[in-house]
Amino acid sequence: MTLVSIIGFVLIIVGLWGMLTQNNIIKIIIGFSIIDTGIHLLIVSIGYIKGKTAPIIDSVLLKTDAVNQVVDPIPSALVLTAIVIGLAVTALMLVYAVNLYQRKQSLDINDFEELKW
Amino acid sequence: MVKRFLILLVLVFFVIMLLPLVSDIQPQTELNPLAKKYVKDGPDELGSANLVTSVIVTYRGLDTLGEVAVLFIATAGVGFMLRRRKGSKTNPQKKRESSEILQTGTALLTPLIFLFGIYIFLHGHLTPGGGFQGGVVIASAILLSMLSFPQSEINHKILNAIESLSGVLYLVIGILGIYLAAGFLDNRILPLGDFGRLFSAGAIPVIYSLIGLKVGSELVGILDSMQRSDS
Repeated sequence: MTLVSIIGFVLIIVGLWGMLTQNNIIKIIIGFSIIDTGIHLLIVSIGYIKGKTAPIIDSVLLKTDAVNQVVDPIPSALVLTAIVIGLAVTALMLVYAVNLYQRKQSLDINDFEELKW
Repeated sequence: MVKRFLILLVLVFFVIMLLPLVSDIQPQTELNPLAKKYVKDGPDELGSANLVTSVIVTYRGLDTLGEVAVLFIATAGVGFMLRRRKGSKTNPQKKRESSEILQTGTALLTPLIFLFGIYIFLHGHLTPGGGFQGGVVIASAILLSMLSFPQSEINHKILNAIESLSGVLYLVIGILGIYLAAGFLDNRILPLGDFGRLFSAGAIPVIYSLIGLKVGSELVGILDSMQRSDS
């Protein structure tokens, strides 16, 4: 357990709580974004190695010694992917919210009862 | 009351599910074998100084292709949801002109932001950055000019042409890798060049430029459909 992974874990739970308890659709989307951020922190904390530097080779960090000096590049790459997809999904959700508002002039999730049982 | 209880139950269930994962994360002292191979062989094999870039563009290039596809689908969804309905064409109401300061500042800053975005995706194999980041920076330049000139219209033909062309060329480069090098999306179809130079790392700068253009034009598409739909 590292500090960053604990923060990520807390953010995931907070975001889930927000999604489940809030009635406003915009707040639900914000909760989803918080979950997203928590997951990013969790993935990054898997690859972090204390005291090591970013995996970019330059005049200070030489090719031959890189193995002993850098953090894991794979989680960083995965998080980069996840951030872009999170952006696209958030945009799509906001557009859904716009569309729902145009139908019923309301952003309260309780006003949309068609799929409720 | 039942609802509160159910919510609490779901949260407790999630905590129980995630806790083993989080408590398993130990502070590491060494790279795992796969990362070790990427760090050790990556610079000589692919010639890219930024090892994250070599993982994204080449070792896990297929993932990036899938990511670009997801972004495209999201853009298509946004465009579909916010399409203008035929017949119910709302007359475009007069929007208030933006202030002098915003207009002058935009005229000064837009070319610089564009240049910065292009710099970021061209140097993706050398410095932190790459196609996605550069594309987002370019989209932010367009957003700035949308805010200061609300009447202006974006040329959709050019936007669609850039987006489609960069997507197709990305795939073509990937397929060329099968015939000229070791596999799909292999960057060694071009000479590797001197390590650490701008023209090095084979096809990585080309692929990243195409990704940057594609991401930039897709995000501009999202912004444009959101701006047109405000009624």
